[in-house]
Amino acid sequence: MIPLSWYLALSAVLFTIGVVGVIIQRNVIAQFMCIELMLNAVNLTFVAFSRYLGNTTGQLFVFIVLAVAAAEAAVGLAIIICLFRNRETLNVDEADLLKL
Amino acid sequence: MQILFLLFAALAVVAAFNVILQRNPLYSAIGLIGTLISVAALFLTLAAPFIAAVQIIVYAGAIVVLFVFVIMLLNVRAEESRADEQKYLRWLAAPLFLALLAEVFLAVRYVGDAPPPLPAVRAADAPRQWLGSVETIGTDMFTTYVLPFEAVSVLILMAIIGAMLLAKRDPQFGRRRAPAEPAAAAGRAEEVGAGARR
Repeated sequence: MIPLSWYLALSAVLFTIGVVGVIIQRNVIAQFMCIELMLNAVNLTFVAFSRYLGNTTGQLFVFIVLAVAAAEAAVGLAIIICLFRNRETLNVDEADLLKL
Repeated sequence: MQILFLLFAALAVVAAFNVILQRNPLYSAIGLIGTLISVAALFLTLAAPFIAAVQIIVYAGAIVVLFVFVIMLLNVRAEESRADEQKYLRWLAAPLFLALLAEVFLAVRYVGDAPPPLPAVRAADAPRQWLGSVETIGTDMFTTYVLPFEAVSVLILMAIIGAMLLAKRDPQFGRRRAPAEPAAAAGRAEEVGAGARR
């Protein structure tokens, strides 16, 4: 049987890759994908704990996280379309209207 | 079992690196699909077939398709030639990556004395009662966790309304613009910004 820490380690690696992706990517859509990567890493942790503790709650949480990710993607991509329509760019460095 | 884990874990990590290192978001989306499907396979090794199926249907089937749709709609290719102004972030990212990884692994080390996994329930013993079956998840979702379930449906309704409002064309800025050069686009962005400030 696979130890629990293997799953947690993989989840940590995926989450960290997502964080680094948000930092080094300048394209707002790619940054969004990195956020999905992080959500997915957390889902893996939930399911692993659910399996090892013998409790369904983790899997239900994954279901809710999936719904939140879908809602986030819909609203976020609508915001991106709005941004592109107004600024004609997808580079996050140029969307700095709120910066002093 | 371990071989399956290692195979899909390696696939997930490679695809995740593909997501963050590609310059073209379309290739990033393909990497994202690879990661999602690998993680779905890992869910199967954790005896969670329902979550694995939902992951493939909702994530790889709906969310990534939405991403690809927006990438195609906005025609991002013109963006790539622009110079990267914040190159230092790239050098900041590597130490941060290592620090974060070390921190999380330190935390994971203390999980060493986690409880051993429960013995896998054989399908012959309890056909539909095992952990992760649709029946178990459905029963819990509509009894113990019915309030979060309803909250999620309200959230999705809000997301639908919000997305529709945001994507609607504002009549003031709604005039159809011809595609222009980056310089002209920057000038127009200033103009739009000034218009918004007024």
